[in-house]
Amino acid sequence: MSQPAEQQATLGAANRWRRYGIAFATLVNKEVTRFSRIWVQTLLPSAITTTLYFVIFGRLIGDRIGPMEGLAYIDFIVPGLVLMAVITNAYSNVVSSFYSSKFSRYIEELLVSPVPNWVILAGYVAGGVARGLTVGIVVIVVAAFFTEFRLHDLSVTLLILLLTAMLFALGGFINAVYANSFDDISIVPTFVLAPLTYLGGVFYSIDLLPQPWQTLSLANPILYMINAFRYGLLGVTDIPLGIAFLITSAFILALGYYSLSLLRRGVGIKQ
Amino acid sequence: MSALSVQNLSKTYANGLTALTGVDLEVEAGDFFALLGPNGAGKSTLIGIVTSLVRKSSGRVQIFGHDLDDEPEAARASIGVVPQEFNFNLFLPVIEVVLNQAGYFGVPRREARDRAELLLRKLDLWERRHTEMRLLSGGMKRRLMIARALIHRPRLVILDEPTAGVDIEIRHAMWGFMREINAEGTTIILTTHYLEEAESLCRHLAIIDQGRIQARSDIATLLGELHTETFVLNLKAPAEALPPLPGFVLEPIDASTLEVQVSREQTINGLFEALSRHGIEVTSLRNKQNRLEKLFLDRVEARREAAA
Repeated sequence: MSQPAEQQATLGAANRWRRYGIAFATLVNKEVTRFSRIWVQTLLPSAITTTLYFVIFGRLIGDRIGPMEGLAYIDFIVPGLVLMAVITNAYSNVVSSFYSSKFSRYIEELLVSPVPNWVILAGYVAGGVARGLTVGIVVIVVAAFFTEFRLHDLSVTLLILLLTAMLFALGGFINAVYANSFDDISIVPTFVLAPLTYLGGVFYSIDLLPQPWQTLSLANPILYMINAFRYGLLGVTDIPLGIAFLITSAFILALGYYSLSLLRRGVGIKQ
Repeated sequence: MSALSVQNLSKTYANGLTALTGVDLEVEAGDFFALLGPNGAGKSTLIGIVTSLVRKSSGRVQIFGHDLDDEPEAARASIGVVPQEFNFNLFLPVIEVVLNQAGYFGVPRREARDRAELLLRKLDLWERRHTEMRLLSGGMKRRLMIARALIHRPRLVILDEPTAGVDIEIRHAMWGFMREINAEGTTIILTTHYLEEAESLCRHLAIIDQGRIQARSDIATLLGELHTETFVLNLKAPAEALPPLPGFVLEPIDASTLEVQVSREQTINGLFEALSRHGIEVTSLRNKQNRLEKLFLDRVEARREAAA
């Protein structure tokens, strides 16, 4: 059954990058299969929530609010609601998947294997991005029932979607590394992510805010992502695009580096 | 060539517990090696470090010449591990568990499917390949852990209590399978509390206690160190009074059962001859205690007395 000579030949023939590619594909496949299998828990809730947002804020209240930055209110909130779903799902996919693997100890399958840390991280982040983007598409489809879909700049739209999903997938990973119980994986989404997202300009333009709230809002990184995405879809933004991409990329680099250092030190996963 | 070379390995946990102190260990390629020790002796820590699940405090570990610090990928690629406790995603089907593990080791999916079929058929799990892990019996899970450990065809397999909680029939089937992969050239390191398992399967062993290797030998030499063996004899007819047998220590258990201590200088033939002379016929005999078990307990006891 086990043939060392053959096995050595197999290892020698498969070059390092090919092995990395196979390991990465395995991780991504595992993650996508996981969230697809439980789609009622992973994909459906965002569709329902955003439908309610569109009905309540778009149809029932929106007409009374009037136009925002020259747009109908329901059109204005579409980008924020899409990105909010992307953020929440990219984050929660990684935090729940990685924490479960710690809790049930099947993270050991990866730790005993020759998969380098950066491939482990890339695999989990890609899984989070995949779920974030899938839910993003679902929300866009839901939005199409309430308002006309608009696309101002495809490349900006796709790039900011991808970067945002990556950033929050990394955030979910760090949360999972430090989590010691299932309660710990809901603290950050409840007490940090949700407030930052709601205060990040999903439902309003920061031009409406009085000082110092307008300036304080600039410290919220989610504001930059929502505005860049709104530009991609609708062509309007409160923030210069360059700054939005710079800040998002800087956060990705910082969290990515920190995540790798956690893996290297075995924090939360090795004794 | 050494399959595993451990030099001066120490581990102190964050809570201050020192689990290993200057452990040196060599396991030759192709060996079937037993790592024995009482609970808390340091076995799991040692295996944890070798399999990259526990961080060492100091020392070096090499697997087939690949240093775990300098060439971690090459070192890990050579190892397959069957852990003591189940560590599965319980919601995955059997086949996915094995295929995912193959993927982590860089085995292409198509090749992995072929290997998985071979292994799962061999371990009698193929018919359950689409069953979720949580629905498997304990014995099936144990066998699946072996399949998972072998899917990338490792040169060194570490089996940490692989037959714990497994019924006798499955245990014997697993022994046969382990012998087979060892005969094909795979080095096996086995930890077990069933010492008859170690005596039956392994060629060399090390006894670890209190974080140190206390003995390392081939099993035949070690068993040769036994000064006495105790046998339980079942007698054909009840013996009313036991005759004195010079050189043997006899102790009645009941009228038809006798316990006899035989020293290394004596033989079983001599015992039977002496009993026959007194008209005592024996229908069957067995070791009171597994030989390795006795040796193991003697060693651990002696070490503890010396330490006290």
